[in-house]
Amino acid sequence: MRGTDDPTDEHWVDPEIIRPYVVTRGRTQPAHGRFDLISMALAVGPPPGPDAGLDPEHLRIIQLCREPKSVAEIAAYLDLPAGTIRVLLGDLFDRELVSAQEPRSEVDMHDMKMYRAVLDGLRSL
Amino acid sequence: MVFARSERPRLPTAIKILVAGGFGAGKTTMVGAVSETRPLRTEEVLTDRGIGVDDLTSVEAKRTTTVAMDFGRITLGSDYVLYLFGTPGQERFWFVWDELAEGSLGAVILADTRRLADCFPSVDYFERRGTPFVVAVNCFEGAPTFELDEVRLALQLNPSVPIIMCDARKRESSREVLIALVKHSARLRAEPVGS
Repeated sequence: MRGTDDPTDEHWVDPEIIRPYVVTRGRTQPAHGRFDLISMALAVGPPPGPDAGLDPEHLRIIQLCREPKSVAEIAAYLDLPAGTIRVLLGDLFDRELVSAQEPRSEVDMHDMKMYRAVLDGLRSL
Repeated sequence: MVFARSERPRLPTAIKILVAGGFGAGKTTMVGAVSETRPLRTEEVLTDRGIGVDDLTSVEAKRTTTVAMDFGRITLGSDYVLYLFGTPGQERFWFVWDELAEGSLGAVILADTRRLADCFPSVDYFERRGTPFVVAVNCFEGAPTFELDEVRLALQLNPSVPIIMCDARKRESSREVLIALVKHSARLRAEPVGS
């Protein structure tokens, strides 16, 4: 390999690939939670001030999650991979700034109440 | 499991429906027609587990792949949010489907009568997995029209699988497809065993 320790040789850096890792400071797993694409998150408590030591991406998530949003939606609006959002959500959950829900892989698919609610909701669209 | 510590705000229950079908069958069109926002796109970096048929370099134990998925949201009152995910079309991304299909209410398979064979893999997949599904025949202009029974025969569908005509561009029509799926899924899953 040529020039990997040459600080001026930076042409291999693809910002599209690097950005997610910079945002999470290289972390690929959230500190807490196993959020899947449809795990819902909601901001709780008063919005943190500028001295809270949060990154801009954290603050954008808090702003987005004034209404419940899924991991997939947050990822789409911030234009970051879902895995990155999981890490950031884990931080916010740790600091009690968001309430989050683990995937309901245990969503009760035998619950008639759920089916009725979904049918009623679809019919009234 | 809900992780509320200091407060207990109510989080809606998220429900997932998959929209599958061949490339160009109208998956993203349907997602957009019935969702409350334009289709969104998310990227998931996934680990390719045990697929590797074209991977002769066993040096790497795992490969990661970035897969883009289009999806939409339908808010159903304050208790439920429905998410529609278009399944990634390329066959080499099939391992993603397991993650998507896990915990889903069911799937819509969009069929294009000009390329019916394109939905064979989806039918096989959901049958094997036991995921409830309906087949929606997207009526493209200029496409050959078939009786639904002919499509059923061609796809070798179980008689219990609903099959319906639709226009994936139309909200009303796409909504009817979703209603058919929810009813079908309820019939399969909510009936007491043995009845």
